[in-house]
Amino acid sequence: MTKSYEKPKLMSEDGKRHDGRLPEDLRPIKMEVGILKNASGSALVEYGGTKVIAAVYGPREAQPKHISIPTRAIIRCRYHMAPFSTHERKSPAPSRREIELSKVIREALEPAIISELYPKASIDVFIEVLNADGGTRTAGVTAAALALADAGIPMRDLVAGIAVGKVEGVLVLDLDELEDMYGEADMPIAAMPGKGVITLLQLNGVLTPEEFEEALQLAWKGLKKIYELQKEALKKRYTELSIES
Amino acid sequence: MSEEEVKYKIYVNSRDLVTPGDILAEGNVEALNYPYVIKEGNYVVSTVVGLVDIQNNNKVGVIPLEGFYYPKEGDMVIGIVEEIGVTHWEVNIRAPYKGVLTASDFLGRPFNPAQEDLSKYLNVGDVIIAKIESFDRTRDPLLTVKGKDLGKVTEGTIIEVDPSRVPRIIGKKKSMLNVLTSETGCNVVVAQNGRVLIKCPSEELEAILILAIKKIEREAHTSGLTERIREFILEQKILRGVIKSDKVL
Amino acid sequence: MSVTPQAELIPKLKADAILRLLERKERIDKRGLEDFRPIEIITNYIKNAEGSAYVKLGTTQVVVGVKLEVGSPYPDTPNEGVLIVNAEFVPLASPSFEPGPPDENAIELARVIDRSLREYRAVDMKKLVLIPGKKVWLVWLDIYVLDHGGNLIDASSIAAMAALLVTKIPKAEVNKDTGEVTIDKTQYVAELPIRGSVVTVTIGKIGNYLIIDPTYEEEQIIDTKVTIAVSSDGKIVGIQKSGMGDLTLNDVKKAVNIALAKAPQILQQIENTVGRLKTTEN
Repeated sequence: MTKSYEKPKLMSEDGKRHDGRLPEDLRPIKMEVGILKNASGSALVEYGGTKVIAAVYGPREAQPKHISIPTRAIIRCRYHMAPFSTHERKSPAPSRREIELSKVIREALEPAIISELYPKASIDVFIEVLNADGGTRTAGVTAAALALADAGIPMRDLVAGIAVGKVEGVLVLDLDELEDMYGEADMPIAAMPGKGVITLLQLNGVLTPEEFEEALQLAWKGLKKIYELQKEALKKRYTELSIES
Repeated sequence: MSEEEVKYKIYVNSRDLVTPGDILAEGNVEALNYPYVIKEGNYVVSTVVGLVDIQNNNKVGVIPLEGFYYPKEGDMVIGIVEEIGVTHWEVNIRAPYKGVLTASDFLGRPFNPAQEDLSKYLNVGDVIIAKIESFDRTRDPLLTVKGKDLGKVTEGTIIEVDPSRVPRIIGKKKSMLNVLTSETGCNVVVAQNGRVLIKCPSEELEAILILAIKKIEREAHTSGLTERIREFILEQKILRGVIKSDKVL
Repeated sequence: MSVTPQAELIPKLKADAILRLLERKERIDKRGLEDFRPIEIITNYIKNAEGSAYVKLGTTQVVVGVKLEVGSPYPDTPNEGVLIVNAEFVPLASPSFEPGPPDENAIELARVIDRSLREYRAVDMKKLVLIPGKKVWLVWLDIYVLDHGGNLIDASSIAAMAALLVTKIPKAEVNKDTGEVTIDKTQYVAELPIRGSVVTVTIGKIGNYLIIDPTYEEEQIIDTKVTIAVSSDGKIVGIQKSGMGDLTLNDVKKAVNIALAKAPQILQQIENTVGRLKTTEN
């Protein structure tokens, strides 16, 4: 029996996506901070079926000493997918994609962290994708920012991430895996929404210049929502306890 | 009010809960406690999760609710010896940097490594109470044990708390610390790096004290905590039969 | 794991000079902010490769070699050829390159160029099938950096496109019964089927200035770069922000506009060298 590689229908006539969402809808999002006891800071983030955990260790002494920088802390970032996180088992060895994304995510977080405060130290960020359903790097950046705040590391702003895409000609927000695979464009983006600056931007696919501008606007709307959810998640622990007698 | 005086606006109130990136004030306002607040252009912005602290109506800061210990000269710290060097020990002080204690400081006299072995005096795992003598961005913090109540710790229990909670555990004018010591009869030393040394007359009282400290950690951001802790300790003492209930009041 | 790189030492005097010139909208090599350095392209540079190109961009030198092999298709695209892009930052190219497997920068460069070609379908993979579902042409595109003078991505992208445009497919005899394919590299039957051309344009941000095609020294003081892949029909077919800084929305829009304006002249130069430049067929 051969597998069918026919493209599934991703947009219906009434403008709904294959999972019933409208183009501007985010998937159900869950964020929880401080879930790991050992890490200095940690967070669990879910964008629909995508589930990622981020943990931060540090600031701590950089080892080996020769990788440290005398005027600031170094950031070490690892994006990794668990072997069971994808449809086909993924080998635990770092793939070229994971190596690229580790760099891209580190560079998305660097402008937010006030690293000059901790010369010669190392701030380690570990992101593990437990279940992949599209948007893993953007959920990863979002979780990493929460973990950094949970660790008490001073940041200029939180970093929020979301992916915009084009599916059957329509620009959509928060692509899931099916839309990413069969769509015409996938644009992950992360930003410090309070400061109004972009720290991660990639495009995989084809967009006209007009579509690109529209996609940026759509992304910005989504990022602001993610940002608000991050703030809520960070405050949640304290607002609940205030009611305790 | 003249135009010059109204050249700023504060958008928050004292004790508001804020997160990194939140804009606290705009204009001619001072950032109270860098790096927990920073001045970005015309704005004062929070960099951490914490409670707003407004002083003098024109200085805005944030008291962090999460955090790790960052060494400061003059701080009292409780450290654990991690490594023995030739003329010094490396001490874990729960900070991004290891503390350094020289043999000459500990012994109060010059030290000859050819003739003596440092492990005789302090070994890996030993606990010391020390002060941070000096710390700048180019070297690891230098510790000293010269001073009253500083030196090797020979008895007691060490517990670790979130360093950002230390001010709350001590309290304004030591109010909270006094409640803890007077209500339990324990000896309590709270170090700036989030380690607490306790010596209690009984195991029960030690258990109650630890529970009380953990409660302060959890509820550090609430008000009326000092009284609640006093009541809590009393309740626990009754519950565990340390005192009879008719003795209350 | 990705680690904050050690900063390369650039004398403060040099950094200050670069910034001062920028305020006057000039650069140390007298270029305008939106000018590329001189580009030299030599195709069929490597005789043993099925296609190749040497590119000199300012002082940056890159060679791309394309080799064709017969192999199995990917399981989810059984009726398409396979494109594999790899980049080597060989130690002779720069004091900062260490021997060893490709590091994160080489991997990022290869993947950015790969995506710009793949998503736009610059090479018509459907025409590279020998036995459907079983045997297809594998297109190995290897980027070899010879001299790092800055802006390796654009130099590599120009070389990659030029090399693909001159790549010839060897004669292949397919035995349908045994499923075997014999290749005769002394005879070439066709050019690689190209549907359209792509080139990347990289813009760096220094302070509030956007500069195109940064030199190695400019790269040391830039903290953010954005690479935009543009197709011969004016579409955006790839974007990659790199570096530890950030960009405003305006920066991004402006960079995209610069790239869209500059790409056609680069593509024209490739066409002039290669003698052909396909635009998208449908």
